[in-house]
Amino acid sequence: MKIVVCVKQVPDSTAKVVVDQGKITWGDAPLIMNPWDEYAVEAALLQKEALGGSVTAITIGDDSTKETLKRALAMGADDAILVSDAAFANMDTQATAQVLTAAIRKVGAVDMAFFGRQAIDGDSGLVPAQAARLLGWPAITLASLIKIDGTTVHAERGIEEGRQIVSTKLPAVFSLTKDFGEPRYPSFMGIRKASRAEIPTWSLAELGIAAPVSVISWPEIMNPPVREVTCEFITGGNPEEIAETLADKLLAEKVL
Amino acid sequence: MNTWVFIDHFKGNALPSSWEAVGVGKTFGNVTALVLGSGIEGLAKTAFEYGADEVLLADDATLADYRAEAFATTVSKLAAERTPDLLLFPTTTRGRELAGMVAIDLKTGVMVDVTALEASGDRIIVTRPIYAGKLLTKETCSSKPQVITLRGRAFPRPATQLGRSGMLTKVSAASGDFQTKVEGYTAGEGGVSLTDASVIVSGGRGISNNPTFTPPGGLDEKQAEAWRGQQGYKLVTDLASVLGAAAGASRAAVDAGYVPYVHQVGQTGKVVAPDVYIALGISGAIQHLAGMRTSKVIVAVNKDPEAPIFKLARYGVVGDLFQVVPALTAALKKKMGK
Repeated sequence: MKIVVCVKQVPDSTAKVVVDQGKITWGDAPLIMNPWDEYAVEAALLQKEALGGSVTAITIGDDSTKETLKRALAMGADDAILVSDAAFANMDTQATAQVLTAAIRKVGAVDMAFFGRQAIDGDSGLVPAQAARLLGWPAITLASLIKIDGTTVHAERGIEEGRQIVSTKLPAVFSLTKDFGEPRYPSFMGIRKASRAEIPTWSLAELGIAAPVSVISWPEIMNPPVREVTCEFITGGNPEEIAETLADKLLAEKVL
Repeated sequence: MNTWVFIDHFKGNALPSSWEAVGVGKTFGNVTALVLGSGIEGLAKTAFEYGADEVLLADDATLADYRAEAFATTVSKLAAERTPDLLLFPTTTRGRELAGMVAIDLKTGVMVDVTALEASGDRIIVTRPIYAGKLLTKETCSSKPQVITLRGRAFPRPATQLGRSGMLTKVSAASGDFQTKVEGYTAGEGGVSLTDASVIVSGGRGISNNPTFTPPGGLDEKQAEAWRGQQGYKLVTDLASVLGAAAGASRAAVDAGYVPYVHQVGQTGKVVAPDVYIALGISGAIQHLAGMRTSKVIVAVNKDPEAPIFKLARYGVVGDLFQVVPALTAALKKKMGK
């Protein structure tokens, strides 16, 4: 089973992200593997452990994003590829999907491609479905359970109404929900192996595609409006009296 | 502007954000609703009542269950033939996925989870939250059609006009060698969904801190904490049931095993914007605040007066959840006549 997992490096979820003079900054908060992508790495490793084969982690970014590939290697991925080119700056989701699709094709003979459900920076959640469409493969998005039987996939996916139980054929694209299971921590041996790993870089020329054209642009990024609210603390009396006062105030807001 | 709106539904029950999208579409002129499924002519009628001027109805057994490949291929084929300027989807599980796939087929971009939009010539300039709402970005798309998904509850639901009618156009489902088969469904817990809820009651780590809870024997420390949290979560569900509210939770409460992940509000859970958000035992980690900060009225009950949640709250109670919340539930039950 040849498995690819696509990961992204993002500011930590606890980071205080603000726009300062038109630029996004997150202070000294660390850059981490997108938390959703950790589930994708976990799912990829579980499939490899069950079925044999290899897991290749791919990211798009500059040299600093190798840290996130090393995290994937430390968790147990067999190899990693950095896809990097000046032409890949400020891509929209369809351009990102084109580049990742080209990388997946270049890896060759891939059976399963795993993605996190969305990145916690751009929050689009489009790339798994868009990559599947470009590859011409079925997409099992938001999977909470995956079972492979030969080339048949049995899966459950989260929908608003509960879960949808589906089957499809490999090769296929998957994205995961948190229900899939907690991602593992890198082992000591894994970290040592990752620190020594040679990570190849593929440029636009090596992917053999035309420079991707982004059609979405971002004319302005803003801090959200400050919430002008002063908390009115309900005090005095016993809990019943406090509850009574709070209930009256809430009903007076006419929002219940 | 020739505007299409995809009506997302499950077995004929439309998700409310579909109608909100029809309302948004009407601000740009006439609206064509896309209704795909099997045995769903009733939904076409409802679409007219919400304001659709035309319905493209693909009523076909192959569309009985949502399958991304079949639905996307059908929508893309219709759009390629009839060239709409603007394609609106609700930001639902299906809507988001379809918008992404259809945009690939039509060689255009997607502006996703939009909370505000304005026309500028033949383009739309949208505003959408990024970093779970820590920032907002304006976005435009240079290609056509403009594909947009609209966040639920960010736009008003239009009033219905009973008996209103329009042009019903029957179209065929796209055929193709679609690999995916739907074998069945397992129902969720039911109840009110977080993203559609006008009132949400959420519990955090604090809901496990009742000293009177005595876990059964044989549990390790982690299991005992999860057990206490599960017991404490009844505070949340009892109040939610009186208010007809959805039940939410912080990531800490989910990770500690008090409640399943579907309830999680925040950056790695659901981003919500109800009219009232009642936070019980939630201190207000930045990831959680990002996911609920646009709620209209926030109420917080917490034992720590310094908890960051109070900075967003309209009303706050510093005190013991296990005394205040049952009293609040009882008081609201009585006053609301339930």
